[in-house]
Amino acid sequence: MTSQEIYDILVSQFGDSILEFSDEPLAEYIIVDSKDWYPIAQFLHDDERLVFDSLMNLSGVDFGKKADQMEVVYNLFSMSHRHKINIKIQGPREDFVVPSVESVWRMADWFERETFDMYGIIFEGHRNLKRLLLPDDWEGFPLKKDYEVQEYYHGIRVPKVKPKKLN
Amino acid sequence: MGFLEHKFNDNIIVGQVDKLIGWARSNSPWYFQFGLACCAIEMMSAAAARYDFDRFGAMPRSSPRQADVMIVAGTVTMKMGLRVRKLWEQMADPKYVISMGSCATAGGPYWQHGYHVLKGVDLVVPVDVYVPGCPPRPEALLEGLMKLQEKIKKQKTLVKIDE
Repeated sequence: MTSQEIYDILVSQFGDSILEFSDEPLAEYIIVDSKDWYPIAQFLHDDERLVFDSLMNLSGVDFGKKADQMEVVYNLFSMSHRHKINIKIQGPREDFVVPSVESVWRMADWFERETFDMYGIIFEGHRNLKRLLLPDDWEGFPLKKDYEVQEYYHGIRVPKVKPKKLN
Repeated sequence: MGFLEHKFNDNIIVGQVDKLIGWARSNSPWYFQFGLACCAIEMMSAAAARYDFDRFGAMPRSSPRQADVMIVAGTVTMKMGLRVRKLWEQMADPKYVISMGSCATAGGPYWQHGYHVLKGVDLVVPVDVYVPGCPPRPEALLEGLMKLQEKIKKQKTLVKIDE
């Protein structure tokens, strides 16, 4: 199934919640509204025409202060139909809340925890949303553009990172 | 031993207790395997048949309570740094630390941008020998161990005041 067909099915089912579609080769994506993401995810997983039974990857993107935008990207693949699609959800840089799809795809469990760990994106409804890689008492979210390293961690000094200017 | 020499029968040896203790300790530095990254592969190689750590009396131990030397081999993250400290505290005295590779010594390639990497294991535990390299070859680790042995031999256990 092509991305266009997947998009058409989603639009006929959810209408306004499907915000944007791009069919640029190798980077086809559909942007959906975060409010309806959970039912959309369930539909993508269960519908007989789609059967997206595999969540290949889930990651976050920070576009920086200027754009004031963050993004969660879901890379979906159907084992039985051999088609794939990228779903994107956009939101603000602070207090970005996305419905958790951990109960739809079990793989999302650790992916969502990692994304929370690095970007501070809250996945609402996750059963165990705590940091995956960094220690629980770490301050800040390292992959955000304006991240600043904390000065001390349990009395150990963390040297400040001074980025070199590249011309 | 000056005037005491040749005063007794042949089967009596006169010497300093410190030297005896130093000799005994330096020839059985059982090490606590602390393989954290790729340096651990070189440490395993140094312990295996070709480079053979055993000929120095160095035996790998998996418990800090049985070990004399901790070989910190690899990148120490902040999270791990606290554990390194805790395990070092569990080792019985006398205890020594070898910092193997540039990561454990100074953060290595993570020196500038690794926000989560401890910039040198000497920030949490006292280090006796630093072995440079990324990762150091087994020969380098062997030399580090031999340097440590020299250090242990020179240590004075009973005499507290410098002569």
